[in-house]
Amino acid sequence: MNAAVIVFPGSNCDRDLAVALREVSGRAPAMVWHGDAELPAGLDLIAIPGGFSYGDYLRSGAMAARSPVMRAVIEAAGKGVPVIGICNGFQVLTEAGLLPGALMRNSGLSFVCRPVGLRVENCQSIFTRGFDAGEAITLPVAHHDGNFQADAETLERIEGEGRVALRYTGEVNGSANGIAGLINNAGNVIGMMPHPERALETAHGNSDGRRLFTGLLEAVA
Amino acid sequence: MKARVFVTLKPGVLDPQGRAIHHALEGLGFGGINGVRAGKLIELDLADGVSNADVEAMCTSLLANTVIENFRIERS
Repeated sequence: MNAAVIVFPGSNCDRDLAVALREVSGRAPAMVWHGDAELPAGLDLIAIPGGFSYGDYLRSGAMAARSPVMRAVIEAAGKGVPVIGICNGFQVLTEAGLLPGALMRNSGLSFVCRPVGLRVENCQSIFTRGFDAGEAITLPVAHHDGNFQADAETLERIEGEGRVALRYTGEVNGSANGIAGLINNAGNVIGMMPHPERALETAHGNSDGRRLFTGLLEAVA
Repeated sequence: MKARVFVTLKPGVLDPQGRAIHHALEGLGFGGINGVRAGKLIELDLADGVSNADVEAMCTSLLANTVIENFRIERS
């Protein structure tokens, strides 16, 4: 799999994500700096990692979404290149307009850092095909701004179109409808607050995250 | 020339920070507060010739996330 990991000032899960992609696909991803205006050719996957890009200034993901590399990411996404945004990466994707809604401060105001239960709502996507529909999995979250919100019409549309990929099974951050992961209309962009790259092997506590990457590898490579 | 941009959450959007401020004020013994909404003030120091439309474009393209926020511009 020919993958690229986008690195912003303040990204802190970029190397974990690179290790996960290398472990699963056998090929190290290209690390692409935020100031680059072009992406490597022939990408099978663009991965936007977690962290605190630009110190979360203004709004989480707001600055990163307007950086030079994101213009190239938006263009590639429009051509169908798969894009995954994890945690801060999800915030960047909503700020960039590649996914609807917004990620706001957690309703309890606390930073939430723990494994959470999730239900796989849609296992048809290239990102979730490694799971069974309705399957319960566990992945770690670590965020302050994971409270997904959108207007009622948008929520109805994304639910009706089956675009909710992952849903929290308990209360985590106040997200509308418990939305933890969301796919775009074309099916090639996913944003998710949980960290699959932190659940890759038994030493991590569980390996549910690995199945996302193995399923994705089968779909794109 | 200065512009002040006030960014506020849209009505109906839950504001956990405003709610926490509300509780803290009540904890200090202040009464009669029906609600608190927190927002941002961004001050721009502008060269002559920057139009209102330019400032509005700055708001819609970066300063406010219009999915959840409204903005208001004051110029002086």
